[in-house]
Amino acid sequence: MFCVKAEVEETLKRIQSQKGVQAIIIVNAEGIPVKTTLDNSSTVQYAGLIHQLVMKARSTVRDIDPQNDLTFLRVRSKKNEIMIAPDKDYFLIVIQNPTE
Amino acid sequence: MEIVYVYTKKRSEFGRQCNFSDKPAELHVDILPDPSLTDNFIDRDPCDVAIQCTQEMSEHEVNTERFDCEPCGINHVEGGWPKDVNSQEMEQTIRYRKKVEKDENYVNTLMQLGSHMEHCIRQNNTIDIYQEYFEEEEIVEEMEGQPSAKTVNVFRDPNEVKRTATSLSWHPDGSCKLAVAYSSMEFQKVTKDMSYDSYIWDLENTNKPEMTLKPVSPLVCLEYNPKDSHILIGGSYNGQIAYWDTRKGSQPVEMSAVEHSHRDPVYKVIWLQSKTGTDSFSASTDGQVLWWDIRKMSEPTERLVLDPSKKGNLDNALGAFSLEFETTMPTKFMVGTEQGVVVSCNRKAKTPAEKIVCTYSGHYGPIYALQRNPFFPKNFLTVADWTARIWSEDIRDSSIMWTKYHMAYLSDGCWSPARPSVFFTVKMDGTLDIWDFLFKQNDPTLSLKVCDEALYSLRVQDNGRFLGCGSQLGTATLLEISSGLCTLQKNEKALATAMFERETKREKILEACHREMRLKERSRSEQSKEDEAKDGEAEESAEELVACAEREFYEVVEAEMKKRGKDDKKEKEKYERKLGKTVSNENIFMFTDYLNTSSQEF
Repeated sequence: MFCVKAEVEETLKRIQSQKGVQAIIIVNAEGIPVKTTLDNSSTVQYAGLIHQLVMKARSTVRDIDPQNDLTFLRVRSKKNEIMIAPDKDYFLIVIQNPTE
Repeated sequence: MEIVYVYTKKRSEFGRQCNFSDKPAELHVDILPDPSLTDNFIDRDPCDVAIQCTQEMSEHEVNTERFDCEPCGINHVEGGWPKDVNSQEMEQTIRYRKKVEKDENYVNTLMQLGSHMEHCIRQNNTIDIYQEYFEEEEIVEEMEGQPSAKTVNVFRDPNEVKRTATSLSWHPDGSCKLAVAYSSMEFQKVTKDMSYDSYIWDLENTNKPEMTLKPVSPLVCLEYNPKDSHILIGGSYNGQIAYWDTRKGSQPVEMSAVEHSHRDPVYKVIWLQSKTGTDSFSASTDGQVLWWDIRKMSEPTERLVLDPSKKGNLDNALGAFSLEFETTMPTKFMVGTEQGVVVSCNRKAKTPAEKIVCTYSGHYGPIYALQRNPFFPKNFLTVADWTARIWSEDIRDSSIMWTKYHMAYLSDGCWSPARPSVFFTVKMDGTLDIWDFLFKQNDPTLSLKVCDEALYSLRVQDNGRFLGCGSQLGTATLLEISSGLCTLQKNEKALATAMFERETKREKILEACHREMRLKERSRSEQSKEDEAKDGEAEESAEELVACAEREFYEVVEAEMKKRGKDDKKEKEKYERKLGKTVSNENIFMFTDYLNTSSQEF
């Protein structure tokens, strides 16, 4: 258990060390932020809003083609890019500033 | 026609059942068409027939079971926590989180998601998909090769007897109207049938003016109120000021009292910047500048006599020809005088002596136009005699830039409101000159002959693109200039600033040199003060100077006449030799005329 958890830690650390990465948030299916590198209030805000967005995006993809499914969601804004990797039970959210 | 069918039945057979039997068809009645009936009818032509080609539908109503809806909001503080975990308690949440992290599903999912995410992050870092390739290149506007101006419209004085268009004023919003003041500026040329009216023209309609203004005496100058576009103020030939409200008709709403007005034609009237928007001031060649509040025109609110000796002496006063007022500098104003001197004044001075701050001299004739550069208020343009000059406020003795002496008198000029280095002048030979001193200093950039008669007034519209000029025969011409002359070029402001500074510096240096020379001379003359005679000579009185000048003049004239006489004799001898006979003295006058004309031609 310990070493497996270490792998998770290592992955996250690797992601964090990439250029421009500002924050990482892991949210579960109920919208609870499990792990985060941001402060609590921002995390909660992101978790709540992004959860809804992912649900909507997924339903959109599946409505168009029921065989299809959402694999990745990228929201590019003026200041940064929010990347969301959705799964059945958890989301991995990374906020990156790509033009740095 | 009645249709009757008769049948008979025996009484005993009444009530018996009917026996039906077949019979072939029989024609009972045949009614043929009667064409004469058509006379009772007429053909309906056209026929209105409504046809609808739609789906036929029917409407049904059905009553369903009621469904209750209630709008309510949800306050999300933090979502999804299971019931046993209190989200406020740190300990409980941490414990919950740790539990989740130990879940195997969590680990697997995260590994997978993590690798995917890393790929995307790296992608972002490698290439910026939204990179602007040609960001720095701005769209360079093509400068049309040649600056040009073309006449758009011509507004002629509708009266029989033509008067000069002495002043133009653009409507403040949108500039779709032009107010032109007409008067005859020539001495005693006013005839009985010369009308006094001035007109407001709509730019689209050149046949008839949109509105007529009927003053008591012809208007020399006219201005729209920049704050209220319905109000115009005009200065008239007899010295009175009148103001009109275009909503109230052609007669002036109020006129100033004759006793308190100017004693000479009012050459310029300008609206002032004030809270009420009703203040204005006027200048005239009687040497006074008067301030007016249009709500009370019976007497001016303030009076200034342009006496350079600052004593308020009206006899000494300089006649004012043009006024200048810049709204960004509300306490200062400048007056251009008949004597060629520009007087700079301070409105807020306590004593009349302090009102006149300084004078700028350098012109030989009345200053017809005076305007500050809208971009560089420290520099101003004066148009007088045969030149246009640009001055800097700091240098009093001479202008910093000037045009060459033209063949015709310059009658009006103004800066372009769009470009700091462009200004316009009009001349008495009917030409309009557009000067761009960043492009060419010696000659105008564009010189256009607008009309054959003299041009008297000029006004540029606020966008710098249209300008109106008024001529001696009352024709107001509307011109449009090419966009190159009315759009701000790159670096123009910087270049113009550099040029103004350079010229100002040059003048300052020249002034300093002159001062030094004068000081040296004075010190030298002081050294030789023991020679009293020389000193007396230096202080010649005005009469002696005049007498001396007269003497010199006559000497020169006599010398010239003697020379002419000798030339005449020579010509006479030559002619005699040619003709072979003596020529009488009358023919000598012909010769002298010929000599005169030939000498003028050079």
